[in-house]
Amino acid sequence: MSLVPEIDYGTPASRSEKMVTLTIDGREITVPEGTSIMRASMEAGIQVPKLCATDMVDAFGSCRLCLIEIEGRNGTPASCTTPVAPGIKVHTQTSRLKDIRKGVMELYISDHPLDCLTCAANGDCELQDMAGAVGLRDVRYGYEGDNHVRARNNGEINAKWMPKDESNPYFTYDPSKCIVCSRCVRACEEVQGTFALTIEGRGFGSRVSPGMHEDFVSSECVSCGACVQACPTATLTEKSVIEIGQPEHSAVTTCAYCGVGCSFKAEMRGEELVRMVPWKDGQANRGHSCVKGRFAYGYSAHKDRILNPMIREKVSDPWREVTWEEAYAHVASEFRRIQYQYGRESIGGITSSRCTNEETFLVQKLIRAGFGNNNVDTCARVCHSPTGYGLGQAFGTSAGTQDFDSVEHTDVVIVIGANPTDGHPVFGSRLKKRLRQGAKLIVIDPRRTDLVKSPHIEAAFHLPLKPGTNVAVMTALAHVIVTEGLANEAFIRQRCDWSEFEDWAAFVAEEQHSPEAIETFTGVPAHLVRGAARLFATRGNGAIYYGLGVTEHSQGSTTVMAIANLAMVTGNIGRPGVGVNPLRGQNNVQGSCDMGSFPHELPGYRHVADDATREIFEKMWGVTLSNEPGLRIPNMLDAAVDGSFKGIYIQGEDILQSDPDTKHVAAGLAAMECVVVQDLFLNETANYAHVFLPGSTFLEKDGTFTNAERRINRVRRVMTPKNGYADWEVTQKLAQAMGLAWNYSHPSEIMDEIAATTPSFALVSYDYLEKMGSVQWPCNEKSPKGSPIMHIDGFVRGKGKFIRTEYVATDERTGPRFPLLLTTGRILSQYNVGAQTRRTENVVWHAEDRLEVHPHDAELRGIRDGDWVRLASRSGDTTLRALITDRVAPGVVYTTFHHPTTQANVITTDFSDWATNCPEYKVTAVQISPSNGPSGWQVEYDEQARQSRRIAGKLEAAE
Amino acid sequence: MSHDGTQQKLVRMANQIATFFHSQPEAERVQGVATHINKFWESRMRRQFFEMIEDGGEGFDPLVLEAAAHIRKPAPPTPPPAGA
Repeated sequence: MSLVPEIDYGTPASRSEKMVTLTIDGREITVPEGTSIMRASMEAGIQVPKLCATDMVDAFGSCRLCLIEIEGRNGTPASCTTPVAPGIKVHTQTSRLKDIRKGVMELYISDHPLDCLTCAANGDCELQDMAGAVGLRDVRYGYEGDNHVRARNNGEINAKWMPKDESNPYFTYDPSKCIVCSRCVRACEEVQGTFALTIEGRGFGSRVSPGMHEDFVSSECVSCGACVQACPTATLTEKSVIEIGQPEHSAVTTCAYCGVGCSFKAEMRGEELVRMVPWKDGQANRGHSCVKGRFAYGYSAHKDRILNPMIREKVSDPWREVTWEEAYAHVASEFRRIQYQYGRESIGGITSSRCTNEETFLVQKLIRAGFGNNNVDTCARVCHSPTGYGLGQAFGTSAGTQDFDSVEHTDVVIVIGANPTDGHPVFGSRLKKRLRQGAKLIVIDPRRTDLVKSPHIEAAFHLPLKPGTNVAVMTALAHVIVTEGLANEAFIRQRCDWSEFEDWAAFVAEEQHSPEAIETFTGVPAHLVRGAARLFATRGNGAIYYGLGVTEHSQGSTTVMAIANLAMVTGNIGRPGVGVNPLRGQNNVQGSCDMGSFPHELPGYRHVADDATREIFEKMWGVTLSNEPGLRIPNMLDAAVDGSFKGIYIQGEDILQSDPDTKHVAAGLAAMECVVVQDLFLNETANYAHVFLPGSTFLEKDGTFTNAERRINRVRRVMTPKNGYADWEVTQKLAQAMGLAWNYSHPSEIMDEIAATTPSFALVSYDYLEKMGSVQWPCNEKSPKGSPIMHIDGFVRGKGKFIRTEYVATDERTGPRFPLLLTTGRILSQYNVGAQTRRTENVVWHAEDRLEVHPHDAELRGIRDGDWVRLASRSGDTTLRALITDRVAPGVVYTTFHHPTTQANVITTDFSDWATNCPEYKVTAVQISPSNGPSGWQVEYDEQARQSRRIAGKLEAAE
Repeated sequence: MSHDGTQQKLVRMANQIATFFHSQPEAERVQGVATHINKFWESRMRRQFFEMIEDGGEGFDPLVLEAAAHIRKPAPPTPPPAGA
């Protein structure tokens, strides 16, 4: 094993198709026009010395180390800033260059500590490498003069010296080691787009400064790690490297946080993870990362992890640790007993959108083939199920239409109901990069997200609509496009059903759908809707990105259809830079849907009533499959309360915290006789579990995740599972205990079964992924290299379908008792229910959920910033602290849901999307009032949770 | 929540589906509601649905009542799997 090699070409690749041939050190090389001489040299295998250049950022030309000579030209230009030209002859090593370089290095080293042996970057320091490369043997100036290295000079205080900044939990900033190459500053600007870093002072006094000479954690820094990655010295260094030392081997794997699915190198020393570094060749992230994937992996070794299976008779009993065999036997006999007593349909399961495709496939297989019913669902129910339904209706497949690279070709972007700089940070950075290049942005969101206005980014239009009115606004945009003659008729005639279009066009053209008519209830000024529609229809390549602010509504599916309509009417489908792009939440929510986690669909989105599909699986599995759709999660809970659903196997999902109307979820779980939870931690759902099966992390298993762009990425095991088994092994043992003859020895065999049964995965195998890096499904005979862009020559369903989208107000309305609307969202540093991120240092940034309240609403109620407030809806009430801000409009309050003590879902209601039962998280009528502390429910809940986490023989329960 | 609560929910869900199809072209409405329920409602939900329809169908949108004729009657509950 060794470190995964990565070549730094010094400057980014040129996109030109015109090729240029030149000679470097006697070698002829042909490269695209616009390539730097530095990059061309590296491609020819010649490494020009460099310090301030790295290929993640544009050339800067400050270090004066990469100089070269060109025959017939004067001087010694920098190779990083000098582009190639046809026929030139370049020399990278001449006596003149050697002298200059040595002189430059001598100056650098004269103001640098000489503690290489005890320095954290020892073995991974470009300054050290360059000193060696130029043959530096002596520093004639000595080390005594003006410097940034020592706190005191000859007993006097050295004002230029600055202490190490250790405020960030994950990396340190040591100004004494800084060579002011600006790589970190440029990475922050160009890659991350936060502009948190700058160079303060001038000349010899120059230093890197977070914000206005602040420490890192108090500055705007979002801790994405790009600066640390860019730093050529030990100035910015991971604390883990300082503590452990340099890694000795690495493996490429996929982040287990959000749906962007970034590729990382897990850098290891033995079985100890030293650091996670974004992989440059990762096709989703292109070498970038966010604070979660880069740094927040500490949960995997957290003391709260449960490593032994546990059982208990009643949920009020303490847990009892048992052997794996005992746990499997217990679950099998309980599930069979329940089915014997209450019928075959009385049990079911939930697959995990956190686990691998292979693991998800096995759980649904266990349910369909072993339980003999289709009662299987997944957390996509509560996030993107409306995407599946809406896009399926309009285009014929639920798939997002683009890859992430597509954004580089976009001219105008609509972001609706998504907050990518917090929720999908690496995509957010890629989007911001495109916006800085001149693309236009339209934000449709009740809240003023960071995209609306932040350094060097400003939305052309922000439509701050009232929560719940998405359909009205989207239909009004279509109204403007149709009535002002901006529709792309050529595209529609060629690609869509013309009579359906005519019907739809007549519908949206009705006066009641005009921006002026909807202004009163959406709260969006009509001229903004008109302006946004004109911009989107006329600016060029138009792309729509959306998130859960679209789907988690009673009209979620209708909004998805409206988005599809808008993309079709403007002809924005089937090429780079356009499309309908659902930003998916969980790392593998796309995959869990693909793998047949829905109660009505077998793998590959084929309905259970389809005989031909069932036959494929029946043959392979040797069982008869039910042709009836099964229960969805909310239906399971209803049936449990009714007494007809008694047992559930939940892999890696915390429905008690994440699903709406907590009290109803709790009642459903409490009514069951055998709740089996498989997870890393005793999560909230486990409070109601009878069996706990310890889970494993993504670092501990092989498999694949499929990200929001349908990209199938490998997950590679870099350490032994702390609990002993990967999750797929646990499911297999459970299936065996229930009498199924499964015998997988490696997840690759499960993928082979998926490929054999699912046409869109036909060519996928671990060998193929090894060769290709990753592929986007469909990947089959027709598209052997996968499908970055969908619907290129025609829609999957044939002709694109325009569907009428009538706005219907949700039943959840404000009134005298509950006059405000609550909507929810995410924050950068925490992830979903927080089970992982709360167990990392990320709590530094977000230790509690706060309620954002507009100053006007706060003043009316006598609430000040930081006060405890009681938040009540018709479902329940909770308390949390207020944050007064005009990011939210008057009448709207907002909170995150990362902490279980907040109990945000006690407030949310059981209303749901009409088509899919996706809960309406994003709209709840509430009232707020000053409060002294936790609500009765919170106190009761805490006590119940504490009691239910007791483990016999252990003093203190986990968490 | 009681059995009544679940019934109320089924009425609401069915009516929500009907509300969507009300705005669709007339020819697609009845079949749209029926197909949706056939595709996504588990058998015990449809069983409860038909019980309520037989009890007079109170609270249901007229479009749901019309669609009921096209909704698949669920088979009686299946016995436990062999060997249990």
